[in-house]
Amino acid sequence: MASTAPQIETAPLPERPGPRRVLRHHWLVRATHWAYALAIIILIMTGLNIFGAHPRLYWGDAGSVDDRRGQWLAIGASGPAAARDGWLELNGTRHTTTGLLGVSAGPDGRPSLVAFPHWATLPAMRDLATARTWHFFFAWVLILNGLAWLGHALLSGRLWREILPSRAQLSPAHLWHDVIEHLKLNFPKGEAALSYEVLQRLAYAGVTLILLPIVILTGLAMSPGMDAAWPFLDALWGGRQSARSVHFLAMAAITGFLALHLVLVILSGPIRQVGAMITGRLAIGGQ
Amino acid sequence: MILKRRQLLTALPAGLMLSGCDALTRNPGAKAIVSAGEQATYRWHRLVGRDGLAREFGAADISPVFKVNGTHEPTNPEWQALAAGGFADWRLKVSGLVSRELAMSLADLHRLPQRTQITRHDCVEGWSAIGQWTGPQLAPILKAAGLRDGARYIVFLCADDYGGEASKGGLQSTSRYYESVDLVDAFHPQTILAHSLNGAPLSAGNGAPVRLRVERQLGYKQAKYLMHIVVAESLAPFGSGKGGYWPDRGYEWYAGT
Repeated sequence: MASTAPQIETAPLPERPGPRRVLRHHWLVRATHWAYALAIIILIMTGLNIFGAHPRLYWGDAGSVDDRRGQWLAIGASGPAAARDGWLELNGTRHTTTGLLGVSAGPDGRPSLVAFPHWATLPAMRDLATARTWHFFFAWVLILNGLAWLGHALLSGRLWREILPSRAQLSPAHLWHDVIEHLKLNFPKGEAALSYEVLQRLAYAGVTLILLPIVILTGLAMSPGMDAAWPFLDALWGGRQSARSVHFLAMAAITGFLALHLVLVILSGPIRQVGAMITGRLAIGGQ
Repeated sequence: MILKRRQLLTALPAGLMLSGCDALTRNPGAKAIVSAGEQATYRWHRLVGRDGLAREFGAADISPVFKVNGTHEPTNPEWQALAAGGFADWRLKVSGLVSRELAMSLADLHRLPQRTQITRHDCVEGWSAIGQWTGPQLAPILKAAGLRDGARYIVFLCADDYGGEASKGGLQSTSRYYESVDLVDAFHPQTILAHSLNGAPLSAGNGAPVRLRVERQLGYKQAKYLMHIVVAESLAPFGSGKGGYWPDRGYEWYAGT
């Protein structure tokens, strides 16, 4: 007798995927991620220490306390010694920033006249020589690590597959949808967690392909040796002091990314996310 | 509750790392590792820009005031006496690994072919100033003295004692300023012994009577108040052996960055 049982019963039924761990991050992605993290944090903190040696920014080729024509930012302190006010001056307008910029609590709790507070700088105390040595060592780490990351992203195709947003992702409707999902703190689960959404892609592409090249090129443009070797470097930014200003602004943008990145990792499951960036395996499904 | 514990788990290592990093900056082993960056930078600059010329600017770019930094006026009696006599008795000695020792007066320097260059002076602190410098190139002077075998460094001994600034950290005892460069920079066409800034003899603040201009490096290499040039095989006999007043205090000897 012909069975009425459907044929598909004999074929292995595709199982509904249960909880499982999927290889999410290639070892090179993980290694370069942590090297980036270490280098960027140290570069920001030593950079803030270096900035403290001359907490003023100018546009153009030159600028000093004796030539403030191009100055657009300054951090300082004024007032009686016992009660000094810290200030941030932007395009000639002063804002009081006591406690954070200009004057902040030193390690002993007493007010200290530093541009950025001790907790934000490396070394904690003003030390231009040490800060510079560390800054330039980790600048090399950042550049070599960036080249390894970029080489892998290009050769493996990951750059197009995972970092650059697709045309479809860039449609206003899709972008809007992703903004709403982020605001609702709805993070992708299951299979969707295995690829980046459009805002993530824009953030990662913006940092790796725009901001990091800018900090590296502006950093090189501040070097008199490199300016002599490659004269286009300081011309690219409209002068060495402009390069220093852009270096600072790009640093601020990277710091903003870092803060947002950390908040989103913490909100979307820090153990799972950090674990995946260490072991490479992300737990998905089972919801 | 769980979120808070998780936040703590992520925040705690970060806090430990930051305080640990500060201690690490004082660790000699870590210091030796990060100092490798200077060698890498030096070799890289020599590889890609051995003969590169520092940018020269136009007269309109000259800074209205060329900031005076470091010593404003040497206090030692020898320099004071020379300054009082208009530097007529000043002699720049050239000695060390040379075939002929030299002692050149300001007039001798003026008789050599002169080079005028408008360049940007970049201080290690972060500021820049543009000035027009005039003086003879160092290369023909070194050729006249004749470098002997083993010559690797040109050391510049100055007239000023400098005490440094407490905020800059490191060794702060007062000592005689000096600097040194390798032969690549010494024979570079823009390396001059400047006696004039913006068409006028150097002021006391800017290094009278003569200062070094080594345009592809930072301000602290531009030694002021030059008294004596020594051609040397090693930097060990000078100061603390690191090749300069600021290098002895933790700054890079190669200051191209």
